[in-house]
This record gives sequence, C-alpha cells and structure tokens, in this order.
Amino acid sequence: MEHKNKISDLQSHTGVEVMRCYQCGKCTAGCVLASDMNYPPSYLMRLLQTGTRQNMDKVLASNSIWLCLNCENCLGRCPMEIDIPKMMDYLRTQAISQNKLHPDSKPIIAFHRSFLDSVRNTGRLYEIGLVLSYKFRTFNFLQDLAIAPSMYLKGKLHLLPEMIKDRRSMKRIFAQTIENAKTLNK
Amino acid sequence: MKIGFYPGCSLTGSSREYNESVVALAKALDIELVEIKDWNCCGATAAHVMNEELSLSLPARIMAMAEEQGLTEVVVPCAACYNRLKVTQHELEDENKRTRVIEILKQPYKGDLKIINVLQMLEAYGAENIKTRVTHPFAHKVACYYGCLLVRPHSILKFDRVEDPQSMDILIKGIGGTTLDWAFKTECCGAGFSVSRTDLVAKLSGNILKDAADRSAEAVIVACPLCQSNLDMRRGAINKTLENPIDIPVIYITQAIGLALGIGAKELGLKRHFVTVEL
Repeated sequence: MEHKNKISDLQSHTGVEVMRCYQCGKCTAGCVLASDMNYPPSYLMRLLQTGTRQNMDKVLASNSIWLCLNCENCLGRCPMEIDIPKMMDYLRTQAISQNKLHPDSKPIIAFHRSFLDSVRNTGRLYEIGLVLSYKFRTFNFLQDLAIAPSMYLKGKLHLLPEMIKDRRSMKRIFAQTIENAKTLNK
Repeated sequence: MKIGFYPGCSLTGSSREYNESVVALAKALDIELVEIKDWNCCGATAAHVMNEELSLSLPARIMAMAEEQGLTEVVVPCAACYNRLKVTQHELEDENKRTRVIEILKQPYKGDLKIINVLQMLEAYGAENIKTRVTHPFAHKVACYYGCLLVRPHSILKFDRVEDPQSMDILIKGIGGTTLDWAFKTECCGAGFSVSRTDLVAKLSGNILKDAADRSAEAVIVACPLCQSNLDMRRGAINKTLENPIDIPVIYITQAIGLALGIGAKELGLKRHFVTVEL
C-alpha cells in the first residue's frame, strides 16, 4: 500500500489531512491562477483523497503545484483551514526529488535556483547576477532587455553585488540544508 | 523612539524609493531606525519553494543577529520579508525545528523579537505626530492595495482583516485622502513570477489596476515592494494585455504620508517610478 504511505508522508511532513476537505470549492473560486492550472486546488485535493499512486503521480507531474503563488487565499477562505500552500511546498520538493516535472516548472525553478545562488554567494539578492544567471539557465537572452537600462538610470540596479561580511555563515546554512538534501536524494 | 530596522534586499535595489521614503518619514516622525548589522536575504519565495530548512534558517539568522544586537522590536517594510520572518518565528516555536535551526546557525536564537510591518509602525509610533504635522493634505481618491503577504495567513500574522483590511485606509484618511471600496484589496499581483512568468503577472496585475481605474482611483497605494514593482515596472507588459492603457501611479504609503508632511518628491524617491507620479 505504497500510495497510502505517500498520503501519510504528506500528513506527517505538513500536518495537512487531505480527508478533511469536503469539496466546497472555495479555494478554487478564490485562486487567481485556477484557470491556468491542469487541476485547480479543490480538484487536486480530490485527487489526493483517492490515495492512488496514479493520482499522486498526476498531481506531482501537473503544472498546478508550480503555478501556485502561495498567496494563501485558499487557506484564508477554507472552512476547514486546510493549509494548501504548505502542502504545495511539500509536493514541489517531492516532484523535484522524483524528477516528475511539468514543463511549466522549468522557468520557475530556474528563477528560484538563480535567486538562491545569489544569496549563497553574497548573502543578499544581487539583481543583475540573478537575471544573468536566469538567462543562462533558460536561454531567454532577450527578455527584459528593454527595462534594464531604465532601471539603471532610475538608480534601481547595483552594478556590483552588496556582500555581507559573514559569508561563511551562508555557505554553512546552504551546505546543511538544500545542498545536504540534494546529496540525500541522490 | 528607537526601533530595529530590517530593510531587505528589494529596498537596497529595485525598490530604493521605498527605503528612501521609509527613512525620510521615520526621521520626520522622530523614529530612529537601527539597522540590523550584517543582515542577509530572508530567502523569499525561492527558499520556501525549494527547501524548508533553508527557508527557516535564513530568516532565523536575521532575527538571531537582531537579538545579539539587543533589539527587541524590528520594523520590516517589505511585506514578503515581514511574512517570512513572522512565519519562521511561528514555525520555530516547534522545539525540534528550533533545535535543528540553532544547530545549523551555530548562533543563539530566542525567538522573542517583535516583528512589525510599516503600517503597524506608523499606527503605533506615528499616528499622533502625523495628524498634527500635515501641511499638504493628501486630497486624492485612492485605492489602498494590501496584497497577500501583509495579511495572510491571518492565524500567524494576526494583522488586520483578511478580506477587507483597513489599516492603510485609516492612515490615508488621516492625511486628508479618500479611499475607495474596491474588489482587489488583497488579490495576488503575481509576486515572485515577475521574471519567470511575466505573462501571468501582466494578467493578474492588469485585473487589479483595471478595477482601480474603473472606480476612478487617482493612485494605488501599496506597502510591498513586490506589488509596487509588478504594478509599476511591469506596466508596459500589463498595458499590452488591456484594451485601454492605464496610467495610474502606484506609490508607497510612506510616500503618500511623506507628501502630506511636506517632504520633497525627490527625497521620497518619487522620481524613480516608471509611471510618472503627479500628485
């Protein structure tokens, strides 16, 4: 009964009990990107409730978990206070570790990785570095070329990164969390 | 009045004008901001999407640094940072998580720091001063836009009403402005998708601006750098999705109050916006 274990894994990691959802649909009604998702949030809850491995795979391979912005509107309106955003965080890490990634996840993961590289190396977000690294990850070299010069002229871009002094602490934090998890998953 | 200050990355870069207006307004209201030494990025959406322990450790280091500096209360103007710090504090009430994070940080963390957003700072330490110091009443009809991260999740943030918050509206009325009843006060602008899915940001932010424009708002007032940059810097992409382009400016609550107190447009960073501000 591997699939049941997956649902109990989800519950033990996030505290979310999918069976508490009674399909009122308020989450879907309030979700700003429901219409762009393969499965809107209430449908996704129903897939998880069935507990089948096939449906769990559908969820992990869907674009829904990547399009979720964690705006928390679903949680705010859920009469059962089910923490769907927290569940989404868990489902995304599962999709990454099982390498079941919807194509829509690519630019989103590329952005997050580029963002975190900047934090790891400098302690802060270095916007030019972030955008360059994102362009190399996605081969989307033309994007935002039009607004970058205006941003610079308006004093919104640092040419050089701002570095924190204790950068070793960043290396340590990354090594013990996200980099550690990567080695565990391999 | 002395209070800790966590600017966060946006305020040193793409949202410099938010920082400038917070600093100028605090000075005018006799609030001394003490910046957290050697602060780091809170990890924002990227960290909590990619790894839970990372998403707790980065904000925990910031708060540990503040505690070490002897600060007891910290104002966090960026709604995203504010949200991450508050959520982390809540998550680290769990002893196992706290022990693990302290082990990662190799630094003590108590978790008793009071984290407030800019509206709470103005409410608590500025309200009386603002009333008596208004020299240029802000006689404009505006839409106060709170976004997601300032008000949700309510069970942790415990700040204002989730569906129809009022704190920013009250501040605007206090400086002579009129606030609109409108439908998109706490809808999401697309936040972290600004670069990776600009198309979705244009759609969501377009809906927000359209409602404000339909109700004849003269400006949209915000307290979040992600909301501001999506509604302002992405206006070109937004207008491409709309039948009629919208030219309503999007300004920070600190800029609006600053104007009412007679602080200059340049000092408030009002020249740095993409959509020209003429208020």
